[in-house]
Amino acid sequence: MKILVCISHVPDTTTKVKFINESKTLDVNGIQWVINPWDELALTRALELKDDAANGIQTVTVAHVGAATSDPTIRKALAIGADDAIRVNVETTDAYSIASHLADAIRNENFDLILCGIESSDHNGSTVGGMLAEFLGYPSVTGVSSVTFENGVPLIIREIDGGKEILTVNPPLVAVVQKGIAREPRIAAMRGIMMARTKPIKVVEAQGIDCLTEVVGYELPKPRAACKYVNADDAGQLIALLQNEAKVF
Amino acid sequence: MSVLVFLENWDGKFKKLSFELISYAAKVAEMLDDKAVVLSIGKVDSSELEKLAAFGASKIISIENDLLKTLDDQAYAGIIAEVAGRSNAKVLILANNNTGKALAPRLSVRLRAGIASGVSKLPLSTDPFTVYKKVYSGKAFAHVTIKTGIKILTLAQNSFDLVESPQSFVLEKMDLQPEAGLMKTNVKDVQKQTGKILISDADIVVSGGRGMKSPENWGPLVELAQLLGAATACSRPVSDEGWRSHDEHTGQTGKIIAPNLYIAIGISGATQHLAGISSSKFIVAINTDKDAPVFEAAQYGIIGDAAKILPKLVEAVKEMKSK
Ligand SMILES: Cc1cc2nc3c(=O)[nH]c(=O)nc-3n(C[C@H](O)[C@H](O)[C@H](O)COP(=O)(O)OP(=O)(O)OC[C@H]3O[C@@H](n4cnc5c(N)ncnc54)[C@H](O)[C@@H]3O)c2cc1C
Ligand SMILES: Nc1ncnc2c1ncn2[C@@H]1O[C@H](COP(=O)(O)O)[C@@H](O)[C@H]1O
Repeated sequence: MKILVCISHVPDTTTKVKFINESKTLDVNGIQWVINPWDELALTRALELKDDAANGIQTVTVAHVGAATSDPTIRKALAIGADDAIRVNVETTDAYSIASHLADAIRNENFDLILCGIESSDHNGSTVGGMLAEFLGYPSVTGVSSVTFENGVPLIIREIDGGKEILTVNPPLVAVVQKGIAREPRIAAMRGIMMARTKPIKVVEAQGIDCLTEVVGYELPKPRAACKYVNADDAGQLIALLQNEAKVF
Repeated sequence: MSVLVFLENWDGKFKKLSFELISYAAKVAEMLDDKAVVLSIGKVDSSELEKLAAFGASKIISIENDLLKTLDDQAYAGIIAEVAGRSNAKVLILANNNTGKALAPRLSVRLRAGIASGVSKLPLSTDPFTVYKKVYSGKAFAHVTIKTGIKILTLAQNSFDLVESPQSFVLEKMDLQPEAGLMKTNVKDVQKQTGKILISDADIVVSGGRGMKSPENWGPLVELAQLLGAATACSRPVSDEGWRSHDEHTGQTGKIIAPNLYIAIGISGATQHLAGISSSKFIVAINTDKDAPVFEAAQYGIIGDAAKILPKLVEAVKEMKSK
């Protein structure tokens, strides 16, 4: 059994975003790049599954579409415990092109379980996982909060509006994971960091870029009106304001 | 040509989200001088289907195949793609919930259609087709141009007001089978929450953070929520510590919501928390620390101790309701 975790490379979640070039480009000055939080949890879960020998997982691989500037992010995933990595060498932000490159790079690698996050915290797309599954012709389950194995078959919990479903899908499959998949992201230990230096990153050159969408500009949210304070001793006044001014009830 | 909107149902019923989707689709259709067509998959009574016409659907296609009882991403995408072809859809609209997130990307590949997810407004222009969407978890918005002939949009819940525009409509029962051997999802068990207002559906959400101090203190918060017909929510540490259930956690790594009113009590307002709630129409913050970042996101604030303020709010709501 082989697991693949697709990782995207995003600004740290506390970053104050700014744009340059007439609001067309993110100002990357001073940005700390991290593994997308969902992907970090997906990787953690993949490694937990591998830790249990009964699951028979041979390798956990990470894949990333991006330029060499993301190599530190990939090394971090290797330090956390992934066995090897694939990077498709191309710069693109269009989900369709990312997914098609990923599919081309892994089509012949026979992964049994592919984990993607529910969204990247940069473009908030929620699309690459499903697209990848469609390009590969694999089934997919979206909104996965738990993956375990039962006799070699993934047992999955899918979150739906107002509840959950417990289901099985025979591999190969793509699981698009969300809250619950792992508790805390696994952190790289010193030994892992040393070992990561020698783990292989296979670089694949991309065959053309096929983008279906383009970001033509960004805008920052309009500043909200200043907060209106109600004195703590007259807290009840708040209800009157919400009723008469905000008209929320 | 048409604007096709896909609707799921919840035990045979539609909800506000369904009507938001049609209202939105009808407006997009108007911009394109097209008609809005609804596709409903699953068992829904005609009387329920007819409710959809009030929001501007000119045609309602209903598919009730037993094989489609459970959501199988591949099988559903196959059916929707087929209907999109038959109705010559130029724009396809789904919800930006887990169902839409499962299907929209697969349709994008099948139909070679560019996708913009989590849109909250009407397109900025139709030629080029440019939409407005949240990025960086609400810290910015992007203008995204979709360059393909067919476009796919997923609509953020609670972001588009219902517009009633009753239409005469055609109801078509279509019998489409999923492709043979495609149903690969075997659902063994379904666990549903009952009797609880879902955070994602709620107009008002009352939420507590670590400033609530301990799980025993939640009584007045829950009472306030009940009085307001609101859902209860919490910050991540609160659910991590098991004070409240995990499905109440809002924020970047929890639920992302957009209610009319979000009341944050004893929540500092970390960026990851705000990422989940910043689209709320009104935010109220109650916090002892006048410098807590949550006040920068809030329109109304009270600086003070939640334990003292909550009972006063409960009293004030009771008084409002008695009038
Ligand atoms: C990758 C990542 C993802 C994350 N995702 C999320 C997420 O999805 N959701 C989330 O919530 N967090 C998330 N976090 C955690 C986030 O950074 C904060 O740690 C968290 O939101 C803080 O929760 P809190 O406001 O309840 O607690 P605290 O930060 O401890 O704040 C408690 C607040 O209560 C106030 N207070 C204290 N006593 C009282 C009183 N008596 N009355 C009133 N107020 C009082 C304090 O002044 C303080 O502002 C994430 C973090 C990371 C790194
Ligand atoms: N450039 C990328 N390389 C590899 N995987 C990616 C990339 N972008 C997105 N993904 C995967 O797709 C998921 C959803 O991303 P998105 O569709 O961009 O919101 C992420 O959590 C990753 O698992």
